[in-house]
Amino acid sequence: MNKAVSIQGISKHYGAVQALKNLSLDVEQGELFGLIGPDGAGKTSLFRILTTLLLPDAGKATVNGLDVVSDYRKIRQQVGYMPGRFSLYPDLTVKENITFFATLFNTTLEENYNLVREIYVQIQPFESRKAGKLSGGMKQKLALCCALIHRPTVLFLDEPTTGVDPVSRAEFWQMLKRLKAEGISILVSTPYMDEAAQCNRIGLLKEGELLTLNTPQGIVEDFRATRTLWSVRGQAQYRLLQDLRELPFVAQCFAFGESHHVILTPEGTAKEAECKAETLRFLSERGHHEVELNHITASIEDCYMQLSAQEPLLSAPNITPHE
Amino acid sequence: MNETKIDTPVLQVKGLTKQFGRFVAVDHVSFEVQRGEIFGFLGANGAGKTTAMRMLSGLSKPTAGQGQVAGFDIVTQPEQIKRHIGYMSQRFSLYEDLKVWENIRLFAGIYGLKSAQIAQKTDQLLQQLDLTAERNTLVSQLPLGWKQKLAFSISILHDPEIVFLDEPTGGVDPATRRLFWELIYQAAERGISIFVTTHYMDEAEYCNRVSIMVDGQIKALDTPSQLKKEFGVSTMEAVFQQLARSATRNSE
Repeated sequence: MNKAVSIQGISKHYGAVQALKNLSLDVEQGELFGLIGPDGAGKTSLFRILTTLLLPDAGKATVNGLDVVSDYRKIRQQVGYMPGRFSLYPDLTVKENITFFATLFNTTLEENYNLVREIYVQIQPFESRKAGKLSGGMKQKLALCCALIHRPTVLFLDEPTTGVDPVSRAEFWQMLKRLKAEGISILVSTPYMDEAAQCNRIGLLKEGELLTLNTPQGIVEDFRATRTLWSVRGQAQYRLLQDLRELPFVAQCFAFGESHHVILTPEGTAKEAECKAETLRFLSERGHHEVELNHITASIEDCYMQLSAQEPLLSAPNITPHE
Repeated sequence: MNETKIDTPVLQVKGLTKQFGRFVAVDHVSFEVQRGEIFGFLGANGAGKTTAMRMLSGLSKPTAGQGQVAGFDIVTQPEQIKRHIGYMSQRFSLYEDLKVWENIRLFAGIYGLKSAQIAQKTDQLLQQLDLTAERNTLVSQLPLGWKQKLAFSISILHDPEIVFLDEPTGGVDPATRRLFWELIYQAAERGISIFVTTHYMDEAEYCNRVSIMVDGQIKALDTPSQLKKEFGVSTMEAVFQQLARSATRNSE
């Protein structure tokens, strides 16, 4: 059986900016694949190439075995695409948008009702409202409904839950899992690591290249093999963050909800107990009291912080030097 | 800043209400924000956050209720409020096709700074942000982390008493949004009050106090640790889920 998506050495540049650099990856049939990475990593370019809206400079990519350049017409019949920016007609009603997209694909809402039913019943009360007047969560549900109306077998979702509240986000992911259970392959990008953790596999993209590609468990295990993670909590949290960063065996320290997370350097990891005692002594000297310090298991978000720091995040290779 | 100014909250509203026809978007909301406080304003899509923020920033007149923001009355002095607050939304704060210095110049002018002040502020800001070399760079060419830094700094260029941040980290990756929160902390340390909305519940933990809006009303308001205690849960995510799921009015 063909892969849902197969990418072999895809490159794309815009002027001097290299958006994708010789990128290769596959998405299996029925897989829920998550793409993560900072802004400008090339995620949207990749979506546009796979949905046949953008031509790659080099390399080859197929969707359901069909070539994204020569078989673009066939691909368009088989994929659903939800772009990052809301792309429905704001001055058409909910119902009109659905009818419009159904008609484009020579189908009707009724024909594919069982696939979209769960989503549709949630937006049905607003059927006659203009799409532009919907709240963020509702817009996303309508966009998903429109992307599914022709029963695609591969779904491309570019940050579908940005601007969506936690409750609607959870509902949205419930729907994705039901679609996956129907056999639909899904490639989804997200800035939310709790969502990435629910994917079969995750690809971390940065500056047009894959930094890692693994299952969520695999990513966490790779981290654990070389790194130690602490959770540290004190009274003056912002000062604590700055003080912790002064320690030589602290590779990274960042806020994480109510505590700070500390990633030790490989050297620090090798003598963790020593480092822990040293840290507590140092913090007490700095006037931090009642400090709680615990060894914890990394989440995908911790792994992201570690992996994406491999190069400085604020480096700006694309800035044209000014005269 | 005189004594009385320090003691009074930078923002206080009582019975703030906005009605569109029969629909009560914001329903008798009362709360205060203290000086130098980081105040998280949470709620589901459609709970009424945007409508409330528009009233607080002088963009929309309340149907009922009263309040002051930065010392000005929200009903009678909306123009004064606009001039004395800072505002930044997710990604639409800067003009991408203007250069770095042109963006600063534009917003400084809008905030009413004088030419001499603007020149001085521009140099100072570029130096602080380490962007002097990028003075003539188009904003569209800057990486997201720098854009955010610049947008936030511009929103507080006129030293407002309070800055409103509307989902400043929406769609931003975990590393870049943490950088942004460090900027928020720095501004708060300088005494600027922060009024921030977010859908990231870990960010709710970074606020001094958090309010959660459900169906147009504030259903919870306290420090994150008190809220977690009150609801008997260990994360703000769980607090939010409990409250937001109690909503009866469907997404507006």
